[in-house]
Amino acid sequence: MMEIGLNHYLVLSTILFAIGLVGVMKRKNLLLLFFATEILLNAVNIAFAAISHYYGDLTGQMFAFFVIAIAASEVAVGLGLLIVWYKRHGNIDLDAMTSMKG
Amino acid sequence: MFEAIAFYLFAFLTIAMFYITVTTKHALYALTALAAGMIFISAFFFILGADFLGVVQIIVYTGAVMALYAFGMMFFDTTREVKEKQGNKAIIVGLSTLAAVLIVLIVSAPMISDNIVALYPAIDGVGNIQEIGLVLFTKYLIPFEVAAIMLLVAMVAGIVLAGKKMDISLTLMDAEEIKANEEKNKKVLS
Amino acid sequence: MEKYLYIALFAPFVSSLFSALFTATPKKLFTGIVGSALIITSLISSTILLVYILKGGEPIHVELMTWMATGGLYIPFGFVVDQVSVTMMMVVTLVSSVVHVYSIGYMDHDKGFNRFFAWLSAFVFSMMILVMSDNYAGLFIGWEGVGLCSWGLIGFWFHKESASWAANEAFIMNRIADLGMLIGIFLVYWNTGTLQYDGAFAAFHHLDTATLSWIGIFLFIGAMGKSAQFPLHTWLADAMEGPTPVSALIHAATMVTAGVYLVIRSHELYSLIPSVGLFIASLGTFVALFAASMALVNRDMKRIIAYSTLSQLGYMFAAAGLGAYWVALFHLMAHAFFKALLFLGAGNVMHAMHDELDPFKMGGLKKVMKWTWIMMTIASLALAGIFPFAGFFSKDTILEAAFADHHMVIYGVLLFTAGLTAFYSFRLVALIFHGEERYKLFGIHPHEAYKFMLVGMSPLLILAIIAGIFQQPFFHMVEEILSAHEYHIHSHVTVWIMLLGTQIFVGLAILYAYRKYARSGIEVPDGTSEVENSFVYKLLINQYYIPYFYEEYIVKPYRELSKAFWTEVDLKVVDATVDGIAGVIYGTGEKTRAMQSGNLSTMLKWMVVGLVVLLSLAVVFGLAVRYSDEIGPILSGLGVN
Repeated sequence: MMEIGLNHYLVLSTILFAIGLVGVMKRKNLLLLFFATEILLNAVNIAFAAISHYYGDLTGQMFAFFVIAIAASEVAVGLGLLIVWYKRHGNIDLDAMTSMKG
Repeated sequence: MFEAIAFYLFAFLTIAMFYITVTTKHALYALTALAAGMIFISAFFFILGADFLGVVQIIVYTGAVMALYAFGMMFFDTTREVKEKQGNKAIIVGLSTLAAVLIVLIVSAPMISDNIVALYPAIDGVGNIQEIGLVLFTKYLIPFEVAAIMLLVAMVAGIVLAGKKMDISLTLMDAEEIKANEEKNKKVLS
Repeated sequence: MEKYLYIALFAPFVSSLFSALFTATPKKLFTGIVGSALIITSLISSTILLVYILKGGEPIHVELMTWMATGGLYIPFGFVVDQVSVTMMMVVTLVSSVVHVYSIGYMDHDKGFNRFFAWLSAFVFSMMILVMSDNYAGLFIGWEGVGLCSWGLIGFWFHKESASWAANEAFIMNRIADLGMLIGIFLVYWNTGTLQYDGAFAAFHHLDTATLSWIGIFLFIGAMGKSAQFPLHTWLADAMEGPTPVSALIHAATMVTAGVYLVIRSHELYSLIPSVGLFIASLGTFVALFAASMALVNRDMKRIIAYSTLSQLGYMFAAAGLGAYWVALFHLMAHAFFKALLFLGAGNVMHAMHDELDPFKMGGLKKVMKWTWIMMTIASLALAGIFPFAGFFSKDTILEAAFADHHMVIYGVLLFTAGLTAFYSFRLVALIFHGEERYKLFGIHPHEAYKFMLVGMSPLLILAIIAGIFQQPFFHMVEEILSAHEYHIHSHVTVWIMLLGTQIFVGLAILYAYRKYARSGIEVPDGTSEVENSFVYKLLINQYYIPYFYEEYIVKPYRELSKAFWTEVDLKVVDATVDGIAGVIYGTGEKTRAMQSGNLSTMLKWMVVGLVVLLSLAVVFGLAVRYSDEIGPILSGLGVN
């Protein structure tokens, strides 16, 4: 218990990932859905950094770095789209967005 | 020992913050909790010796991304309570738990952990930032450059999507057309 | 010499294809003329080949190409011209040339003129394949081809319900017999490893009698269908629904003789199994008597002639069964000539009487149709076997063969049937051409047929008269290949008694027929006279109630059975299964359509479900790989390796 090993970090990452999944499935407001997506990405980053540390390999840290970069650009574009939608429809409620109904 | 305390403390804090993010009805609380969670995650990075990554996490994630979200929140007027139709709680929680258990099973299997080989081993003696610099500009140069282009594209996309009067292009129009456009707008204003 | 073979074989094919181009257009005279010209070309080639063979030439074998070469089975498209096949080729091409020329006149006003010639030439082609082929498979191709063309020709006037029905009956009955023939062919291949005649015949000598008997019986079943032996005989009389030239070609001279040809061709087989041969001869004799009895009272002109054909086929099978193969072939040839002549003459009469078939409604036509009268009388004389016409030489030789081998019952029955044959043939001639002109009561104005039709029939007339002189040359030609021998009866006295006795018996029958039917005062029977209501008459005119029996006890139950299968099995089981599968697919689609709700939140939930599924698969496979050593023995115990 005292000795923190890789498994601790991985379990932590998994818990955070599961919390993120709950948020993704639960949230009906699109902005809050994006928040949950951020949680997912951060959980994965922790896992990458942990593995990188415990195996002495820098690949994990590089991956986490690029994940952060991608997350940033994703937020920018996502918010832009969200603004366009809001201007058209006045709300960002998921249950009202059903134009893709099959 | 110190490491264990730090780990458990920050772990507890992070989980709490993220839990608040996904369950609260107030959007502002969710935003604040998310920002706090980001900071705590950077603490993890520092514990793991990934200094550069930790700093980048604070600057980019907490600083830039959360600022973006804050501006977005102002735009959408979500300071009031969000009314949400509740989905089936059992399915959501059940699925997530199942996913978590399975992932843990997979990653902690000795079969995986016994067979890992380090591709870019860390060099002892030098600091983390030097190491990252070494690897980033040699082995990961192309992803680096591509990421730069991607960021540029994202920036342009953000501006085009959200900006006003983005359908007309001042640089492509003649002087008379610009004047006519301004006259038209003036009339609208007055 | 091979080129004559190809010309003889493919000229009818070209003619058929040419006429087939015009089947959808109104009558074009040149289809008939081109068709006839091509068939006459085939006739000339066959004659050249006949002269070549007569002069002692070697039989010609050609192999066009390989049809099947799979495993141990090798079947080529091979053709042979030897003494037997060249005889058949001559007969077929001669009669078909005459029929083609005749049809130009007979089908003059018919809308399907072009189609008729297409079918007719196709028939000739199939028949040529049948007689020229050098293996059983090629024979079977021709066999089926003539069956098909006969269907098309019998049902030529397809809008007539009775014609379509008769065509189907002919084809289906042939098909039933073909099953027997196919089994025979399979047995041949199975026991000898080849379907070529020479190979199979050589191998037959090494087989045991039981196998040979089965082969012989099954091949004969096929012959029974094609040559309308009892009990598969009903189609021949009904086949008279087709145009008369068709009856002349197919049901007198060529198709129905295919069965006899089969037995003659397989003579090496049948000479090894004399008991089967005796059965064939007995059946043939029975059919001869059976058919002759039905012809005695019939009131349909073409049917009488059809029964007469059936009777003569019985004669041919009797000869073949007794081992006198060359006699059967000779009788086949002679019979083709005078029977075709008889049918064509009947066609003239039908045309003149506006398709009236009842001879009781005719009479005294010899005044108007002189040439037809002469031709039909001579043909009937030939049929009755009067010296010196063709039938005498062939029929009497059959009687001699039966007598010489001491088959007295067969001899007696065949002799009696000869008398019956003479009687009903001249009953027909007398009723049609002699006596008073009963047709005037029905307001019919008959006239003779076109001159060119009569000229076209003349070769048959000449051959019906003189074919007897070919007996000796014919015998010498085929004696080697058919292991023929002349029939010697002990003493000359017996021979002369037999000959004269037969002639007197037949002559008396003819005179009796003339006396009964050529006088004036004959009325059209209308169902009330004493003769008509007698038991024997009723039995005979209803063809021994055999068609009735078939219809009631075979066709109807079979139809009910088919209907039951259709409703119970096909609709309820097969269709239900197919529809059920489709229904399941539709239902699944409908239900899973709910997944496409357009709601992002639902889609995200489904995404997580998919993620969980994939993770479980990863765990399962990981465990399988991890413990593969322990799992291996368990799985192989279950049968999976």
